[in-house]
Amino acid sequence: MTTVQERSPMPQEREPNPALTDPSRPIGFGRVQRKEDPRFVRGKGRYLDDVVLPGMLHGAVLRSPMAHARLVSIDTTEALAHPKVHAVITGKDLEGLNLAWAPTLSADVQAVLATDKVRFQGQEVAFVVAEDRYSARDALELIDVEYEELPVVIDARRALDPGAAVIRDDKEGQTDNHIFDWEAGDKAETDAVFARADVVVRQEVVYPRVHPAPMETCGAIADYDPIDGKLTLYETTQAPHAHRTLYAMVAGIPEHKIRVIAGDIGGGFGNKVGIYPGYVCAIVGSIVTGKPVKWVEDRSENLMSTSFARDYIMKGEVAATRDGKILAVRTHVLADHGAFNATAQPTKYPAGFFSIFTGSYDLEAAHCSVTGVYTNKAPGGVAYACSFRVTEAVYLVERMVDVLAQELEMDPAELRLANFIRPEQFPYKNKTGWEYDSGDYEPALRMCMEQIGYADLRREQAEKRARGELMGIGVSFFTETVGAGPRKHMDIVGLGMNDGAEVRVHPTGKAVVRISVQTQGQGHETTFAQIVGEELGIPTEDIEVVHGDTDQTPFGLGTYGSRSTPVSGGAVALAARKVREKAKAIAAAMLETRPEDLEWEKGRFYVKGDPSAAKTISEIALGAHGTVELPEGVDGNLDAEVTYDPPNLTFPFGAYICVVDVDPGTGKVKVRRFVAVDDCGTRINPMIVEGQIHGGLADGVGMALMEFIGFDEQGNCLGGSFMDYLIPTAMEVPDWETGYTVTPSPHHPIGAKGIGESATVGSPPAVVNAVVDALAPFGVTHLDMPCTPARVWAAMQGRPTPPI
Amino acid sequence: MQVPAPFEYARATSVQDALELLERHGPESHVIAGGHSLLPMMKLRLARPEWLIDINDLAELRHITEDAGVLRVGALTRHAALLGSDVVGRLFPIVHDAEKVIADPVVRNRGTIGGSLGQADPAEDLTTVCDVLRAQVVIVGPAGERVVDVAEFHRGPYETACEQNELITEVRFPIRTGSASAYEKVERRVGDWAVAAAGAAVQLGDDGTIADAAIGLTALGLEGLATDAAAVLVGQRPSEDLIAEAARLAAEASSPVEDQRGPVDYKRHLADELTRRVLRRALERVGATATAA
Repeated sequence: MTTVQERSPMPQEREPNPALTDPSRPIGFGRVQRKEDPRFVRGKGRYLDDVVLPGMLHGAVLRSPMAHARLVSIDTTEALAHPKVHAVITGKDLEGLNLAWAPTLSADVQAVLATDKVRFQGQEVAFVVAEDRYSARDALELIDVEYEELPVVIDARRALDPGAAVIRDDKEGQTDNHIFDWEAGDKAETDAVFARADVVVRQEVVYPRVHPAPMETCGAIADYDPIDGKLTLYETTQAPHAHRTLYAMVAGIPEHKIRVIAGDIGGGFGNKVGIYPGYVCAIVGSIVTGKPVKWVEDRSENLMSTSFARDYIMKGEVAATRDGKILAVRTHVLADHGAFNATAQPTKYPAGFFSIFTGSYDLEAAHCSVTGVYTNKAPGGVAYACSFRVTEAVYLVERMVDVLAQELEMDPAELRLANFIRPEQFPYKNKTGWEYDSGDYEPALRMCMEQIGYADLRREQAEKRARGELMGIGVSFFTETVGAGPRKHMDIVGLGMNDGAEVRVHPTGKAVVRISVQTQGQGHETTFAQIVGEELGIPTEDIEVVHGDTDQTPFGLGTYGSRSTPVSGGAVALAARKVREKAKAIAAAMLETRPEDLEWEKGRFYVKGDPSAAKTISEIALGAHGTVELPEGVDGNLDAEVTYDPPNLTFPFGAYICVVDVDPGTGKVKVRRFVAVDDCGTRINPMIVEGQIHGGLADGVGMALMEFIGFDEQGNCLGGSFMDYLIPTAMEVPDWETGYTVTPSPHHPIGAKGIGESATVGSPPAVVNAVVDALAPFGVTHLDMPCTPARVWAAMQGRPTPPI
Repeated sequence: MQVPAPFEYARATSVQDALELLERHGPESHVIAGGHSLLPMMKLRLARPEWLIDINDLAELRHITEDAGVLRVGALTRHAALLGSDVVGRLFPIVHDAEKVIADPVVRNRGTIGGSLGQADPAEDLTTVCDVLRAQVVIVGPAGERVVDVAEFHRGPYETACEQNELITEVRFPIRTGSASAYEKVERRVGDWAVAAAGAAVQLGDDGTIADAAIGLTALGLEGLATDAAAVLVGQRPSEDLIAEAARLAAEASSPVEDQRGPVDYKRHLADELTRRVLRRALERVGATATAA
């Protein structure tokens, strides 16, 4: 595998395109401005709340003020008497429709509207449908609910205590708060390596509960037509097709009568994968009232009730030799899943892809075990660009490697370099069953170190320490596993994790590509056009990308886990290649030669040895749809479709280094510099890649320094608004410095690996490692996120405490 | 979308009109200026006024005027205007220190000095600034105008001397020669409420000793000024030891409570640390050099 080492920004991203005659009409891969941006920068995006249907009513959800309570009674009389209220729906009403409970994406059920108990603060209790959103909200106050308070389980560490209140007494046979135990790797082998190791370091590492907090909150408009029995559902969803199938299974509406439309989506980050009670209520509301019903949650509802992320308490251990060879890692994780097990991940992976916690290192053994528990908190857990828990895995191993470096008094970068999987070991089978497709780690870390001036920074740090100034340098190196996935291993509620794509070239040579994945800001309308353009030589703006409408696109599982390019990107490339093969046959007929005598260059076929005898893709398209006599077995179009079943996942990687300064008097952390060197294989649009990285790095700084959803002892959510749940602003992040290497995926049609979540995964450990490094003079070896001024100061006083 | 409870709205055309509207609509009517405290509370339905009396048209309440030893600032003066004013920065650098860390530009473009003082949030910065500068607040009501010292104006968290049927019209800052001031805040993130903050003003005598001093704390559970801390400074030559002693006393006077922004011991530490910093900076600004012990 060749690794191309380049440093961005490059004046020339790629070879000049032979088909490119007009620089304003770029073809294929390269730094191209996003096609979707003109409407966004003009404020002309069409988001869910922009959709207004004739006669549309508005819904609002009444939520539980308590974390755990028995529902004694609900009186809706006064709300129904409100002149503008059309309907009030309670759990009892849904019971009659067999919709009070709905299956989750993790083989559990969750309440749509509470019938027996409420199990977290903010849980859905009733749904009001009114003429306008103001009246709907006003009427919520007119519903009288009597609760009988129950003891709460907030601390996951106490969830399995013998006396702990049983949250899920609705489940037959459930006598405690245990959800699952899951493990990966060889325990006996790992224990044996630990037993003979010179050095073992141990550290409890907490990845606290955070929230994706997309700019647009979740919502839906249900429009049920009682005449033809068709349900049109506008939704903020990252997975329109999966939603349609699930609604068909749950609500009993035939799948061909359901159309899910996802317009522009203002960020998802995994928050918009699941089906929320509000969506189901909007559907029921529309059926009951015979009118379209819009429901859009507010910011507090989004933060308090929709899918959170992380909440992993990880006991990490590393075994190593005294001279710095890492031998094995092991961990036990306590996973807080909230009141319902509603994490969205492949069925066989209840802890997602956490077992990639072996990181980027060549180990002799590894073992992890995960115990999932219920608590009186909102459900969720797989979200916030986590790549199915790779975030937690990378944070654990990268924190632990630094703990080891400190113990061995070795430079953390050197320790990593000494333990990397070597390039000749790829494809590399790790000790928990993953086959890393390709990688060349050392050049990426060396590039990062050189770009940030690592040696100079260490010198500066030594000088500053002598003066009592606190400066920290944090290194992290991550390997992701994304692009789920091969259908033999991976499904979500029985749906194989494959995606379809359909390419049509119109008679005039313009094209449309229909995809199943769903952009939430990633730039699909540009990236997928570029893939088709690269394969067929059609300018990017001549290719329309259609997505977000189940009536218009092929089936597929949607966008999350950085899977769009690895899965749908593969589908689109292969569909375009099918078109090209067809074009070749037609071109041969047009040029009165044999297909094998034709040569392709981007945008045209020509006769070998006679480049002037050529047909462009436009000419071939017109020929295909025209009167050209078609070869045997070729029909009259330039269309193709493919459903792509990836043979393996892809393994993007990267080296990140962060520099922080800590105010010794206040504990305030300032991120001074951050260099990110990423390798996502083939870079389709470097500008979009960088944008994805910038966003993820900001996420990482946010999580490392400020983001946290806490609860008080009664189970009240303490992160229910942007006054309490802090996300970083431009003032907290530095100017990002990026670099890249290119190690293509050997099994992916275009060698691309996906980039959407790399930076969110890789950056938190870099920031925290930098903070801990800054505090090393105080004997600090670990500090849990978020590194707020108060928590940093406590660590300096010798009292670093976990946030939960 | 968060939606406030139903309310009625009236737009005042003059101070007199505003007072009449308040009188007419009774105790559940509430003045709105910048709205950056009131509106979020209304959206969360924590505040439920029946009437909003909008005073944003009252241009007569929007001024910054230097006048016979006093800087008069109209109550409707926006944070952004204070921050943009050279005269404010020259006379009272503490105001610029504070304004730079009040929320964000969006809030500063709308929020007003009168609204900030009237809201009297314990984590609000201008309250400390006005305390330290010994400002006066002009209040107009049915019985006419009265001028109260800021120390009397504040009656505790969210409580002031301005009655429901009255209007804050102006804040007056006495100009003192040979004086300077400073403010510093620790926040978890730009725009967050203060974890803690401190402000100080000092006046230097001709002999180089401190003639007068005032120290205030924000979000640290201290009502009014840290008088004991300021008292040790008066009559003394500035020194690091003296600053340390004042800071220690300021921290002693604080009574912070634990919340998501930090525990009590950290906040008390900040009272000490930030008091040192603002005293040093204020002294530096007035041209004094604190001698090391």
